[in-house]
Formats: sequence, C-alpha cells, structure tokens
Amino acid sequence: MKILTGNDLKSGAVIWWTGHDWSLHVEDAVNVGERADEIARREEAARRVNAPYAIDAELRDGRVRPAHIKDRIRALGPTVRPDLTLKPADPEARHWVI
Amino acid sequence: MYKYDQYDQQMVDTRVEEFRDQTARRLAGKISEDQFKPLRLTNGLYLQLHAYMLRVAIPYGTLDSRQMHALADIADRYDRGYGHFTTRQNIQYNWIKLAEAPDLLADLAKVEMHAIQTSGNCIRNISSDHFAGAAADELVDPRPYAELLRQWSSFHPEFSYLPRKFKIAVIASDTDRAAMKLHDIGIQIVERDDALGAAFYVGGGMGRTPMVAPSIRDFVPLDQLVTYSEACLRVYNRYGRRDNKYKARIKILVHELGAEEYARQVEEEFAHLLGQGVEPPLAELERIKTYFADPAFQDASNDTIDRSDPDFALWVDRNTVPHKREGYVSAVISLKPVGGIPGDATARQMHVMAELAKSYSFDELRVMHTQNIVLPHVRKAQLYTLWQTLEAEGMGAPNLDTIEDIIACPGLDYCSLANARSIPVAQKISERFAETGKTAELGELKLKISGCINACGHHHAGHIGILGVDKKGTENYQLLLGGSEAADTSLGKITGPGFSEDGIVDAVEKATDVYLRERSDGERFLDTYRRIGMEPFKEALYG
Repeated sequence: MKILTGNDLKSGAVIWWTGHDWSLHVEDAVNVGERADEIARREEAARRVNAPYAIDAELRDGRVRPAHIKDRIRALGPTVRPDLTLKPADPEARHWVI
Repeated sequence: MYKYDQYDQQMVDTRVEEFRDQTARRLAGKISEDQFKPLRLTNGLYLQLHAYMLRVAIPYGTLDSRQMHALADIADRYDRGYGHFTTRQNIQYNWIKLAEAPDLLADLAKVEMHAIQTSGNCIRNISSDHFAGAAADELVDPRPYAELLRQWSSFHPEFSYLPRKFKIAVIASDTDRAAMKLHDIGIQIVERDDALGAAFYVGGGMGRTPMVAPSIRDFVPLDQLVTYSEACLRVYNRYGRRDNKYKARIKILVHELGAEEYARQVEEEFAHLLGQGVEPPLAELERIKTYFADPAFQDASNDTIDRSDPDFALWVDRNTVPHKREGYVSAVISLKPVGGIPGDATARQMHVMAELAKSYSFDELRVMHTQNIVLPHVRKAQLYTLWQTLEAEGMGAPNLDTIEDIIACPGLDYCSLANARSIPVAQKISERFAETGKTAELGELKLKISGCINACGHHHAGHIGILGVDKKGTENYQLLLGGSEAADTSLGKITGPGFSEDGIVDAVEKATDVYLRERSDGERFLDTYRRIGMEPFKEALYG
C-alpha cells in the first residue's frame, strides 16, 4: 500500500493522511493508491502539511507499518528516547521499529 | 570573551525581525516552502526527521554562564528539555515549532547569540581549540583571529552563495585539538623570526570524499590574514563546481587543480587583493584581543590535589589537562555517561554547568568538537568540590579520550539524511567496555560513529571509525581503523564487509583485543595499528 506523510507546517510534527485529515498516528493512515501527488499538492497549497511524500507500507496484524525503518522511526519517535515517542509506555514499540 | 558592539547587536536584532516577517508570511501562505526554505536554512532552521531542528552557532565554542543559562531556558521553553552539542562546537534543538522560532531567536539575541550561517552554502561557524587561552602548549590564544574571521565572514556578500558550505578552523599550537587539517581552511598561528603569522592548509574535509588538507602557504603575516583568506575563498568561489553537489567542496577543486596550482592562483589573487584595502586595520584586531585577555588568575602555585578519594583521583587523571598557569587546570565535563547519548545535555545540566563556570572558571565554558564541555580555568584546590557536583548531576564520567568518549552524530534517530542509527551503537559500545572493564587498559582510543557518508560523526578520523549504511533497508555498519584528527591526521581504512548492530559491537571488541595482544610498551591503539597494519585485525574480524 501507499501512504502519505509529511510534517505539520506550524509544529513540524510528523503527520499521516487519514483520507480526510492528518493524524499524528501512522495507524490512522490510509492507502492513497495513485492519488498521492494530487492530495499532496492540494494539502500543501492549503498549508496543512509541509514537504509531503508517499511511502510504501504494509498491513501487518491489521496495523499499518511503513516499509522503511526511517519512516517507522518517524512514525514512533527516536528509538533512543522512548519517553519522547508517541508510545512511551509501550515496551514493544521499539521492536515494531526495528 | 568577545562582547557584541552596537553594530553586532543591531545586525542580529535586525535579522530576527526579518525572519519574524518571513515566518509570518510563510504561515499566512504568502510565500511557498520553496521560497521559504532557503530563508529558514540561512537562520539555522532545518526540517528534520521528527520536527524542525535549530542549530545555534557558538563561535569557536566559547560561552559564558549567561549564555549557557539561556540555552537551558530555550531547551525548556521551546524544546523538550534538552539540547545536543555537536561536532562543530554548536548546539542543536530537535523539537522546534516554526511559529515559535522567531521568539526563540529573539531570546538568543538577548544573550548575543544567533543561528545565522549555521546552514547553507556559506562560511559556517568558525571552530577552534577548546583549550584556547588556557592550554599550556599554545603560542597565543587563537580566538581573536577566529573572531576576526567570524566578523569578516558574517554576511559577506561575495561568499553568501558559495558552491558548497565552507568550514574554517583556527589553532595556535602544534597539538591539533580542532581537526584543523580536516577543514576547508585550516589555519595554524605560527612564529617565524619572532613574528606571528598563519600557516594555511586548504582543501581538507570528511564527507563522502575525505581528504587531509595540503599546506598552501606556511606563513602569512597576521596583518594579511583576512586578505589571504579572501583570496582562498575567491578562487574557490570562481572555480568550485556548481554542477555537481558531490564535487562542489573546495577539497575537490584543490585536488583536481593540484595544491601547487591552487596555491599559485591564490597568490595571484592575493597580490591583486593586497591593493584593494580588504584587510581591516590592525587596531580592530587589537580591539578584539582585549576581549580575550587573561582572567584575573590568582597565585595558586601552592594548590594541591587531595587524591585520597580514588574515584576523584581517576577523574583528575582522565579529565583534567595542564593549564598555562601554575595551580590551574582545564577540566572536561563529560557528556558521555555509560549508555548515554553522546553530546546531549538536559536543561538542568546546562544550568548546573553554567553555575559551575561562574563559581570555578571565571564565567567561561567551551564546547568541544568531541561533544563534551570544558571549564577552561579551574584552580586545583577547587576541583574536588567541582567534581562532586558533576558526579551528582551525571556528568562526572572519567572517560576523556577513552573508548567510552565516543563521538556520534544524531543518526537515523533524528537526522533525515542518515542511513542508520548511530546513538544506539555508541550506547552499546560504551556499555560493553564499561562492563568488561577494559576501558582503562585500552588508554587513548578515539571512536567515532557516523550514520551516513556525510561524516558528521567524523568516522574517517577515528582510531576506530564506524559508518552506518543502508543495506537493502537494513542498518549495516562498516568498521574503519587508523584515522586521526590530531596533528598526525590520517584517514581510516575500511576493514571489509560490514556488520549488524550487535555485530559491530563485537567487531570493535575483537579489534581492541588484537591491540591488547600486539601492542608494544607505550603504544596507543593507533600506534599499534600503524605498526602492524590491517591484516591482523582482518584476521580477527573475518578469519
């Protein structure tokens, strides 16, 4: 599947396209298929996202998982600072990244 | 240390307001990201893996306590309570909000700091010896010359759009503590016939094409320092390649022309510039020098160190270095606790360091390119009290220049250019060697890790270097041996096929075991490697 990501213009936070809005959580991302460029252009013009781009991902156990480790680190947060990630209390989160 | 005059302050304040307007226009949609990106980068604001990242310039790594307190306040107010000290003696914040960046820059300006020219194809922050003004072996304090060059290079219109970024280091001792020959221009202040001058090394660098800078001129009179620098830059700006980003650094130009031909062209340009009045009047250099006068050292010649506490004695042996004044030392605050993140400091730790500087080091701190902090002028009699505070705050690791004192770039945990994570590897190595207890036995061993070929972690210059690469979507680590960024500058060589994250930790241990087995009396790891060559290490790693 193809999912769309970028950074929030004001905060810089990593965000994922949900089909109608942006979410901080990669599990909310939807398959954008061939529509990535069109959505990216529209959302960037509306200043709802900065530097959007599409990436490959897969559904694993029903959860969206970016194909590349770089995007998994973007999705969770720095592996060396679990306290700063989106799932600070989840000891399994790091394994999902690596 | 240098204090802004009204022109410096006005320049910085004006830039803050200019950026405030640019940011407002970006947020209002009046300018696009394509238009805004070069403007924010000029002010040190990157878009990184998780958020905007701001790189703040710390000229030649020198800070006072007021500035360190301000950096701590910024970490608390605008970031997530910490900052990362970098290999260019700067500090980076990883979680900045664009809308707040102008206010952050305004707070920086209040303490005579900024983020100008910490990105882009311009002359970057000028680095220097972190023991400048204190080192027992220096000819003079190199910082006035670094400051003169900082003023010359700030907003220099001709050098605002160079083919690529440009880094200058200035030192004034034969012991190179600033990786001078791995800079675009490395300058060493030298003495000849009782006169001071500057030796120029041009065309060094790391990155994907590492090169040690060749000597271009062994003596430039100091009243021609700026003019000669301008000639070096002008030739580069004219002929440096703009068609290929990967061949655009000056090292490629010097290499392709040959050092002799490059030097000839610089001399030609220099002769032309000498008649153009480029050089600032010597009075300006003398004005700058007054800011770097020695502090009011006391007669401390009778100071002694009570070594009855063995942990303290170990820290003294490892983390203090001789000072030019009897009774004083320079003390290194380690930002490398075992299993920690090299170069990271919490806001609280920054406040503590600021207070220690105020109490024990004439209000001065230095950022080392090795990602530690120096208190340059500490009386021996006050070391024990200082150390007790460092211990209590997690900054008392006795590991300067050991295998636990690892340089690591932010790597894939933070950096959008990285191919692999650097920090976890550093953490595992420091934990492994702390656990095995081999650190002391290994002595001086400089280990440096980069998460990509751009080499921000100086892996080419490590006695042991590690380069993280992407191997079909998986992190993989190459091992290099034999690098140095000291006076005996050399570039490390890759041992062979790379290793996994855990495999590289084992590989480092195997390499150190070869050293322990093969070393002769007094040899460091690097010396043994240079004597016996790569083969015994390869045999241990792959045999």
